[in-house]
This record gives sequence, C-alpha cells and structure tokens, in this order.
Amino acid sequence: MSCQPIDQYATQIPREKRAAVYQGTKATHEKRTKLLFDQFADPNRLRRLAGEIKQHTIENLDTYLPQVEAKLKANGVNVHWAGNAESACKAVLDIMQARGATKIVKAKTMVSEEIELAPFLEKHGMEALETDLGEFIVQIDHDHPSHIVRPIIHKSRAEIARSFEREGLGAYNDDPETITRRARQFLRHKYLSADVGMTGGNFVSAESGRIAVVTNEGNSRFCLAATKCHIAVIGIEKIVPRDRDLAVFLNLLARSATAQELTTYTEFIRGPKSPEQPDGPEEMHVIFVDNGRSEVLASECREILRCIRCGACLNVCPIYRQVSGHAYRSVYPGPVGAVLSPLLMGEKFPQKADLPKASSLCGACNEVCPVNIPIPDLLLRLRNRAKEENVPSVGTPPMGGWSILASQPAAWRAALVGGKIMDFLPLRHIPVPPLSKWEAKRDLPPWRGGQFRKWMKQRQRPGA
Amino acid sequence: MSDDRESILSRVRGALAPLHERAPLPDYDSELAVMRKLIAGRDLAELFAERIKRVNGLAVTNAADLVAYLRKGGWLHGYCDPVLWPKLQPAFGPDFTVETTFDRKRVDDYAFGITRAAGAIAESGTIVLNDALTSSRLGALAPWVHVAVIERALIHPDLPTAVAALGTDPNVIWVTGPSRTADVEGILIEGVHGPGQQVALVV
Ligand code: SF4
Repeated sequence: MSCQPIDQYATQIPREKRAAVYQGTKATHEKRTKLLFDQFADPNRLRRLAGEIKQHTIENLDTYLPQVEAKLKANGVNVHWAGNAESACKAVLDIMQARGATKIVKAKTMVSEEIELAPFLEKHGMEALETDLGEFIVQIDHDHPSHIVRPIIHKSRAEIARSFEREGLGAYNDDPETITRRARQFLRHKYLSADVGMTGGNFVSAESGRIAVVTNEGNSRFCLAATKCHIAVIGIEKIVPRDRDLAVFLNLLARSATAQELTTYTEFIRGPKSPEQPDGPEEMHVIFVDNGRSEVLASECREILRCIRCGACLNVCPIYRQVSGHAYRSVYPGPVGAVLSPLLMGEKFPQKADLPKASSLCGACNEVCPVNIPIPDLLLRLRNRAKEENVPSVGTPPMGGWSILASQPAAWRAALVGGKIMDFLPLRHIPVPPLSKWEAKRDLPPWRGGQFRKWMKQRQRPGA
Repeated sequence: MSDDRESILSRVRGALAPLHERAPLPDYDSELAVMRKLIAGRDLAELFAERIKRVNGLAVTNAADLVAYLRKGGWLHGYCDPVLWPKLQPAFGPDFTVETTFDRKRVDDYAFGITRAAGAIAESGTIVLNDALTSSRLGALAPWVHVAVIERALIHPDLPTAVAALGTDPNVIWVTGPSRTADVEGILIEGVHGPGQQVALVV
C-alpha cells in the first residue's frame, strides 16, 4: 500500500523537528485559551459575532468592493485590480518601473507569497527583500514558510546560525539574541536604501478605506517610515464593513495568533504621509487580488473566506502537529490550508484533493477559530466534491472489511474485546508491509476498546 | 488593470447571485470587545501604567525619572521632538547630547528618540502615535529607546474607544510594548527592528 502524500512527507521529518513543532504549537494554544476566557465576559459570543460580520461582508462583496475603492481613491490612494497571480506581480512591477525603482522591502504578506512575487521581481532585475525575521531566514535559505504566523517553526537555532554564517552575517553563533541583533543591523540599512515598501493588509474598513496592518517586529512600520512609495497587496476578502468592527477583530487576532492581547504594532493607514511628516511614503498603491477567491466565493465552502490568518487552527490540529507545514504543499498549511489550498487551485483541484482527507475531523479547529469557520464541515464537502469528480484516492486503505465488521453488532463486540491482543503483539515485526510501515513511524496507544460500553452499562444500572 | 477590475466584480456578482438570502450585518454592543472587569472604576493613567508594564514597557510621570532612567541605561545621545525639547531640556544634564532633527544617514547613532503621542489605550498598555503629532516616524522607531510623551487627558479606556478616535490622520499606529519576535525556537527577543525599550512619559 502506498502512503497518502501528506503521510509520505511526515515519514521524512526527523523526530526532533516533529517534537519542536508539537511543543511550539501546543504552548501557544494553551496560553491563548486562558487569555480569551479570563478576559472577556462572553468570548464565544465574541467569536461568533466576528464570524457573522465576516460572513456578511463576503456575501456582500459586490457592494463593499466598489465602496472601498471609492474611499481609498478619495484618500489619495491608487487602486489596482489583479485577477490572478501574474497580473498582480505585473502590477507591482509596473509601479516600480514607473518610479524607476529597483529595491523593494517587504513586510510579511501571505498574498505576495501566494502569487510568488519575490522570484518574479528578481527575475526582472529587482531586489526584493523579506524583512520579517522568520521570512528573511526562509528567503536566504530558499525555503518556504511552514506556519502562517511562525514561518520557521520547523527550523532550529543551529540551522539558522549556519545560514547566517553562510550569508556573511557574522561567524557561527546560535544565540537567538545575537541572531536577532545581526538581522536588525543588516535589515535597517536595507529599509533606508529601498525605494518601495510593501505590506499586506489584515483588514480594510469599507467605511473609511482605512487599512489595518499588524506586525510584532515593527518591520511594516519601518517599511512605511523609510521608503517613498507604499504598495499594499490585499486579498479581496479582507474587507470589514465599519471601523468599529476593527476593535472586534484586532482583539481576537492577536490572542488567537500569539496569545498576546494586542499585536505590538497595529498600523492604521488611510493614505500617503501627511505633508508635514519628514518620513513616510508620498505615494500609495493598493492592489486587490482575486487569484481564485471569487471561485471560492461561488463554491459551497465560501465560509473559509472569513479566515483572518491567525494560525490558531494549525496550533491545535493533531495532524499539523505531526506533519508540520510543508506537507500541505501550499502557502496555507493546517486545517485552513486543507480547505483553502485545493479550492484556490481552481481546475487543478485534483492535485490537492488529498488534503481534506488528512483530518481526523475532531473539530478542534472549529472550536478555536476566532471567526467560527466550520472547518470539519467544509472538509467533508470537499471530500464529497473529490468523490463526485472521481478524483482517484491515493494511499487510502480500503474500508470494505471494516464496514462489514462495524455493521454487525456481535462481530463488532467480539472485535472490541479481542482487540486487546494488539497490546501484546510485536506489530512492528509482523511481515505485513502496510502494518509495519505504519508502525515504524507511530506508536499505537494502548487498546481501549469496549471501555465505553462497560461505562454505559454501569450508568444504566438502577441506582447507579 | 481596468479589465481585471470588471472581470473580478462580475465574477463576484456571479458568485453571489444564486444566494437566496445574504447574511445580515450584525449589530452589537461594543462592550463585548472590552475587558470590562479591568477598567471599571479605575484611574486611566494608573491602569495604563500597570498594563504597559505587562507588555515590558515602562510608564513614568515626570521628566526627572525619565532622565534618571536614560542615564542608568547609558543612553546619552538621542533625538527629541523640537516642540518638546524646550520643556524637557532643564531636566537633562550636560552629559546628554540631544538633536532636534533626525538625520536618517546616522540612523544607528541615536540611543533614544522622544516624540509626542496622540494618546494611549489603558486596557492594553498601548501608545498611540499619528502623523499630526509625531515629529518623525523614524525618530520614534529606529533608536533603541522610544519615549512617548502622552497627555493624561488623551488616554482612552479601551480598544473600541480608541478606534472611534482614529480621526482622519493618514497614519495612526498603536504600539504595545517593544518590537518583538519569537521566530527563533519560540524564544522571545525584544528590539527586532524597532525599539528594545518602550517608555511612556505621562504628563
Ligand atoms: S481558519 Fe480560523 S483558526 Fe484557522 S487561521 Fe483562519 S481564522 Fe485562524
């Protein structure tokens, strides 16, 4: 039996790396829960509300998009539209060429990752530099981010130290503080010599055209303090109706992403700098990117467009914790990626149709999601779509035998009792390839079959 | 890209056309997004001082304390907003050199930067800066220590109130503690690109 693609990836991850991802995700998740539940009177109501606001917005994008465009223009911003990745990259290049610009510094934007902007610009002779520490390391390593919020969750400090040494950023030193200081020194001079600063946009208010951008490192602020031109690349789903909604989302975003009450830098941008300011961009462009989003909007899974990219579902997902981000083969890993990535593929959906199957459907992602996206339901809808489109399923074991067993109560009961024998069998050494292959990478938990029935019976006893 | 504009909008309209009903815009009480328990009955400047400490910032209430803090850290050369400097100068000794224009060519030379804030948010310990009052975006960002001078009357209790006060300034930024990252093995390091020390002088 061959493995599912995601499994295949997992078998190749060293144990330490897997442990690092597991620890990193778990710690953030636990802190987050505490923070949310201690501080708000009704945190669940808050996250349901956020979901409702976003659902309303995406279902009325036909009104909000022109509204936001008009507001931005009135604020002195140039608005561009890009139907696909190529057109988005081209729009950035055109703006740069019109200004005679050759250097761009980027604060992390998922969309620019999605449209593969940096390699495109480099091909056209531009210098495009990532400034978020994690993204910068990913860039010098020619690697890809493996987490939405913590791009290098899969890298150890020793690896990073080796990369810095290789790139001429000082002799080998794996102290995280030294690594950070070296990056600070190197990058701040890059900001000052760059022509264009690029950011994403976490939220755009349709009411005022105000764009909210959050970072912890302050790199977006540096981009917008030192350069003369600002380009924001923003997915068309990032709109919220009113300014007051920003407070709801900002409260939820930081807590869900990194267990902070508020992200360190939250910047509200309405347009180019004011004339009195010595620093800041004199010119501002917003590029609204579709790149498959309108198709997602037309699909049965449009709820996924509510996503505010907090990464909480990754942190809580038992699958993500085991396989880490690269296994999802896309910019968006974890549960959100398992829904969004196949959908964004458009006609090439079958290439990623395996991702929705890589889930235990435990529901943890839905429970933590600050915008209450029913991810397990969406995964089921996508599994169904794969079935309807006759996408061949690779590596999924045939379930025929199991379904016979599970539909015969007597046989099922016997199997539950008899299953105890599994605890004593040397499974790894049984010469059945699928079994030994599976066992080589996993530890089977002790058999617990039948316990629930016993518990039920006791509960039903009169007087119990 | 006007072609793209039309085709995106028509795809969006096409995607939404089959919906019989569209989700309504919910109305809600802003209190829902407020850490109410924290704020009730508190003096806002006091609460702000307490909360900024939680995010590894510091609040002081007079210039002498600020000067002592800078001296103790060995931060003797810096930038100060030209409007603030005449008022602050008497508290600074001759061991300090302070410039009132920020020269970006010497970005690494300034140990501290003192600028005016447009306000603060008590519940989160946040400093609010905008273009109208901040004399230099770089002056408030590049030096290791940033000092924001905040008028007591401009402290908002919570996020919804601060959002309502954003006004028409082209750029408002909320700063909650020093610049930070946990990218390397989840270990928290401060002073990544911006300040490693975030100080508020509440007047
Ligand atoms: S799906 Fe929900 S939990 Fe996951 S990243 Fe998006 S907003 Fe966060």
